[in-house]
Amino acid sequence: MDLDPSEDQRELQQMVRRFSLDRFPADTVRDFAAPGHFDRSAWRELAELGTFGIALPESAGGVGLRWIDTVLVHEALGAALTPGPLVAATLAAGLVPGVLEGEVVPAIVERPTHGAVVVEHLSVADVLLVIETDGIRQLDPSSLDATLLAEPTDPATPVSLVRELPLGELIANADTAKHLRLLGSLLASAQLVGNAEGSTALAVNYAQEREQFGRPIGSFQGLKHLLADCYARTEVSRSAVWAAGVLVDEPEAGDLHRAVAGARVLAGRAAAENGKTCVQVHGGMGFTWEVDAHLFLKRAWILETAFGSIDEAAEQVAESLSASLA
Amino acid sequence: MHLRDSESDAEFRAELRAWLADAVTTLPAPPDATDWPGRRQFDTVWQNMLFEAGYAGVNWPAEYGGRGATPTQHLIFLEEAAAAKAPDVGVGFVGQMHAGPTLIAEGTPEQQAHHLRGILTGDHVWCQGFSEPGAGSDLASLRTRAIRDGDDYVVTGQKIWTSHAMVADYCELLVRTDPDAAKHKGITWLILPMDTPGIDVRPLMTVQGSAEFAELFLDEVRIPVANRVGEENDGWRVTNVTLSFERGTGFVGELLDTTNIMGELVELAQRTPRGAGTVWDDDGLRRDIGAIAAELDALWAFTKRNVSQGAKGGMAMGSGSAFKMSYATVVHKLGDIALRVLDRSSLAFDDIGGESTGAQIHHKLKGFAVGIGGGTSQIQQNIIAERVLGLPRER
Repeated sequence: MDLDPSEDQRELQQMVRRFSLDRFPADTVRDFAAPGHFDRSAWRELAELGTFGIALPESAGGVGLRWIDTVLVHEALGAALTPGPLVAATLAAGLVPGVLEGEVVPAIVERPTHGAVVVEHLSVADVLLVIETDGIRQLDPSSLDATLLAEPTDPATPVSLVRELPLGELIANADTAKHLRLLGSLLASAQLVGNAEGSTALAVNYAQEREQFGRPIGSFQGLKHLLADCYARTEVSRSAVWAAGVLVDEPEAGDLHRAVAGARVLAGRAAAENGKTCVQVHGGMGFTWEVDAHLFLKRAWILETAFGSIDEAAEQVAESLSASLA
Repeated sequence: MHLRDSESDAEFRAELRAWLADAVTTLPAPPDATDWPGRRQFDTVWQNMLFEAGYAGVNWPAEYGGRGATPTQHLIFLEEAAAAKAPDVGVGFVGQMHAGPTLIAEGTPEQQAHHLRGILTGDHVWCQGFSEPGAGSDLASLRTRAIRDGDDYVVTGQKIWTSHAMVADYCELLVRTDPDAAKHKGITWLILPMDTPGIDVRPLMTVQGSAEFAELFLDEVRIPVANRVGEENDGWRVTNVTLSFERGTGFVGELLDTTNIMGELVELAQRTPRGAGTVWDDDGLRRDIGAIAAELDALWAFTKRNVSQGAKGGMAMGSGSAFKMSYATVVHKLGDIALRVLDRSSLAFDDIGGESTGAQIHHKLKGFAVGIGGGTSQIQQNIIAERVLGLPRER
């Protein structure tokens, strides 16, 4: 047993985080969703780092590491608020040629039981993958009756409304679809942990610098306790996400489905709560567009809905409790 | 990063599991929770069995009589013992988890020779005389006075929250030897034999209705200078040395116990009729329990992370605090859900309707013990804010 990342793994995280902050600085993240703002060359550079093929074998053009390493990379991406269809690209890299290299940009969505469907990043995507119960289907975004929504909640995540999803071409079977949905949930949770850490760091910085009543506001216990709670939420949810990540590679060592569901409950709450705290700690400035606090919070809300809600995840854990007693 | 056992860990686990399966069947019936002499007797029997089998002091160094196992194997020991429903450390807690490790780090060879084996066999029971009515979170402000008189210290003062004092043989005692020095610089660590004249032990009834704790009144108690651990006025450092002995396993027994209680609550919810079905059919309640289970799973993963770091040299600063305050919150939340499941069966500590309802209420109240004992959650928040996040001190 070893649930502590190695030096190499920490360096991988730092490398990804530094690259992302350099190539996707906060200024570009802020209006990334606006038409024409998706930076294809930066996306290709991110792909060239190996970002989308961490766990793909080298023979398939990947880096040949494991899923836990992919989880660690997505945590770093979440902390850096990296924009773009990161989870979609990681899931599609082994299925759709060109995605691994960053040449083909994918979007991914689950087929809803009824009605219209909201799809992230469809406006910049070359291909849309639809996760269904019988497998994964591929669609051409240009063939869809889709509207780019004018005011996406997260200014870095463009959102389109598709009135009706056609059937599309089946490119993977039901087992693959199920597994990719699980991985998608886990990678979004990994980004949520990074997000929780990132918003905490932003708030801590501000609390150290901002002075009121003649001293840094971070010296007041009221703020200290809020921020300590943020730290604790991050570390507890990080533990859950890492354990789930290791279980993808070692499914015999535990209950992977329960671990992924539990990780979503913890990471989703941590990011949303820490993001709220980050806005609150910034006071009036936190309510402005120019401070990054709202970017963390809004991204957290988006990621929280990816491949299953917190309610659904809590239900899954409850079911596993019931099953283990039966 | 791995979660599976290494070959040697798998072997350790298999041998231990086989031994435990057999050993627990030979235990006498557990005594009533209020029968302290009975509890001491029961815990000593179990500790003796562990000692004979080579499982006493699993995490203690081999040269001091322990097994010298890795932190991971210590975690496996605690995990398997809980799974086998073996007794927990019980009255041996202070000796095995704190006094023993302190003596290993700071005791003289004579003190080690006299005390360590008794702690491992279970024959010596220790209690902790640290907190005072005026020194809780601010432990270093303690005032129990020790005045040197020849080869003795003469000690007068009052201690509180002294678990197991009524059945203990020894007490690890913090006293003030220099009232003029800065508060951290005038404290000394002494071994107090509990049969020394001048000690009055008064049980302290808790909100759980049991006398887990005691108050200790010391009136001119003579303690030989030879019982001093470390130098005079160096007791604060001696006390904190033991913390580095902690490798992330401090709350494992409690965490597994809470996990068991949660499992029992799920079964209770599934058997308890409500409306047209059972309590378990309530979507809101079921999801809340699911979320609690997710939090307990996460704390178990956090434990493994801390133990992994401990095995590599030391836990990250703040991890222990983050774990403790999060754990306290989960116990409180679980207790809140227990009241919703129990409904009117929560009106007594007695088991009602043939179900083990009393245990759920007891565990609910335990949330306070977790969030207060050993440094309140608010103190843990301060530690994280100042030492991990680098926020300025208030004063």
